[in-house]
Amino acid sequence: MNFDFPDELIQLRDQARRFLTDRCPPAVPRRILDTPEPYAADLWRAVAEMGWAGAAIPEEYGGVGLGRLAVCVLAEELGRAVAPVPFSSSVYLATEAIMLFGSEKQKQHWLPKLASGEIIGTFAMAEQPGAADPSKLLHSVASGRLTGTKLAVPDGDIADIAVVAVNGGRNAWLHLVDLKAPGVSRETVTTIDPTRSHARLDLTAVPAEPLPGSTGAATIRTLLDYAAVPMAFEQVGGAQAALDMATAYAKERYAFGRPIGSFQGIKHKLADMYIQVELARSNAYYGAWAVHTGAAELPVAASVARIAASEAGWFVTKENIQTHGGMGFTWQMDCHLYYRRARLLSLALGGTCEWKHRLVNELRTRNELIAA
Amino acid sequence: MDFEDTPEEAEFRAKARAFLDANAERRKPGAVEGYRRGQDAPGAMERAKDFQRRKYEAGFVGIHWPVEWGGGGTPIQHVIYNQEEAKYDVLSSIFSIGIYLAQPTICTWGTPEQRERFVRPAMRADEVWCQLFSEPGGGSDLAALRTRAEKQGDEWIINGQKIWNSGAHYSDFGILVARSNPDVPKHEGLTFFILDMKTPGIEIRPIRQISGSSHFNEVFFTNVRIPDSRRVGPVGAGWKVALTTLMNERHGMRDAPGPDVAELFRLAQAVELENGLAIDDSAVQEKLAEFYVRSQGLKYTKFRGITALSKGQTPGPESSIIKVVAANKLQDILSYGLDMIGMAGPAMGEEMPVGGIFEEALLYSPALRLAGGTDEIMKNIIAERVLGLPQDPRADKGLPFRDIPTGARK
Repeated sequence: MNFDFPDELIQLRDQARRFLTDRCPPAVPRRILDTPEPYAADLWRAVAEMGWAGAAIPEEYGGVGLGRLAVCVLAEELGRAVAPVPFSSSVYLATEAIMLFGSEKQKQHWLPKLASGEIIGTFAMAEQPGAADPSKLLHSVASGRLTGTKLAVPDGDIADIAVVAVNGGRNAWLHLVDLKAPGVSRETVTTIDPTRSHARLDLTAVPAEPLPGSTGAATIRTLLDYAAVPMAFEQVGGAQAALDMATAYAKERYAFGRPIGSFQGIKHKLADMYIQVELARSNAYYGAWAVHTGAAELPVAASVARIAASEAGWFVTKENIQTHGGMGFTWQMDCHLYYRRARLLSLALGGTCEWKHRLVNELRTRNELIAA
Repeated sequence: MDFEDTPEEAEFRAKARAFLDANAERRKPGAVEGYRRGQDAPGAMERAKDFQRRKYEAGFVGIHWPVEWGGGGTPIQHVIYNQEEAKYDVLSSIFSIGIYLAQPTICTWGTPEQRERFVRPAMRADEVWCQLFSEPGGGSDLAALRTRAEKQGDEWIINGQKIWNSGAHYSDFGILVARSNPDVPKHEGLTFFILDMKTPGIEIRPIRQISGSSHFNEVFFTNVRIPDSRRVGPVGAGWKVALTTLMNERHGMRDAPGPDVAELFRLAQAVELENGLAIDDSAVQEKLAEFYVRSQGLKYTKFRGITALSKGQTPGPESSIIKVVAANKLQDILSYGLDMIGMAGPAMGEEMPVGGIFEEALLYSPALRLAGGTDEIMKNIIAERVLGLPQDPRADKGLPFRDIPTGARK
């Protein structure tokens, strides 16, 4: 059994951690939080120059060709750094959609630009509150043009292109839209995590280019499954950083004449946080194996990774605030960076309720569990 | 990244399977491994000993030990053998105190004569062992134990009481920690012994458990004599010697046997709730998903540890979470299962849904959160050794043992 990343990717993870420790300390997400700057463009350029945006893109399309496992290790480090860059939108979603469902011509045209960071891509799906169920999508494409509104699109105000989910009927369910085209109106929206900008997109008869492989609602689920795995690593990275922060504070903060980390009320809480992070990490590894091998188990593995990471992220980041006491609730402490981001990432791609139902339905369809 | 055995591992697994197929009965599909299910059946001990002898002769006992202890294989081979054995109905666990707790301690701290005398008979199950550590006044705080060991010539005289001693009633030998010096701080006054359980002055009383059966005992000592040649390690070093035993105990902790998420799925597919089958109920689905995620997290955490072993490394700290997660998951799952069974739930027996495993687990599961380190102690260990948090301040630190206040019943 070799249930670990290969050595060269462990090295890549270490390099990424050193780079981000240096270039993306908490001051960087804070700058985005405190100013109108929508994202850290300098950091994004540096990340793209190192080839991270094209890590999974094959070399023939201008990428580095390291595969999806490389995206997982980079995602974990970006999560740990709460990096204010459009990595998830552009890499896990837009790039992945084109790799999975694009035509050869589309791949040749778009992937090199996405790999170099020359353009930023995103994914637009939500039309109303509720489950991210493709069959509930209202908008459709008529005569190659798309009209409708997409809510809370991550990086919607800075992206150059969007992969837009529509009710495609018998045709493509995913379409590429040039967000600079006439008919696109974008309005930045205030969100729970201003370190990652979001926009409402109003589209009026905008030209939409189908991704020919995306026939059927199930293809949207497949894209969400592929995205859920690196997203889980990003969530685990953030949860680990929040756990580290709480642990460090529990060692240095004194009350009643002793470090608060010597009280079992704090100690056991931190042990519970550690347990949640490790279980989520192990489940994310399983997801990594599934995207790496293209395994038939992907829908199960992605759901498990997603649910564990979302629940760990919530638990650990809220208990990090609790461990810090009143100071944890202040703007000045960094606790809220992790808290906001954890909840943001657990909503992107849909909340845990819908992933839980999907997981059980997948398990029932497979009947594996019953046989096991 | 893969789940495959290396060619060497696959070869070893095939060898293990061939041995098990020839010598044990494979568990029927869908059957659940209960906690010590079958141990009370007539003739169980004889069958267990017979299997153990064959297992020893085939070279599957102490696989991962050094050659001079009788091993010579690798830690990953030990894991592979246990993965395979878990699919069969065998009662190896009866001998695990002797093999995996007593012998490594004796090999690490004992004399060559002790090793020569005790290791092989334990591996062959010719001699069965129990552990005589916990006391009414010394459980999680084991070093607070009060059983006295007083030197008289070449012998030690033991007086006092032990508790929670699994299998003491059928054991030939016990590993015993006793207080040889009450005038020094508590960790410094202990000494470790091998006790022949047939020595005069030992009284064993079974403890009736919540489940009604009696797998462990109280053991009383009245002027019990142990020759000094049966002392393990130096006088006063008993705490360090016992730590070797405890490390092996925690290291060897397996998953909690009993109903898991697969059994809960089977139940949910069989039971009707107010709006149809339980499995179609959205609230039930969410709970099933949560349990599945926890169960998988545990499985893949173990896989990460096995990967480290497979590469010849020591498993990382993540392995320390397994026992506490497994035992709590078991209680959460069995409780949810009982709720689904509903008004019919109280009845016990094989004819109940999924073979009555939910009701049975209710009555043994509390043990799994206590034995081998309580949840609270395990979380202290995670907090202190993994996260590096400071220890609790200790009120008894540096005090001679006899001056430490106790709340033990007189």
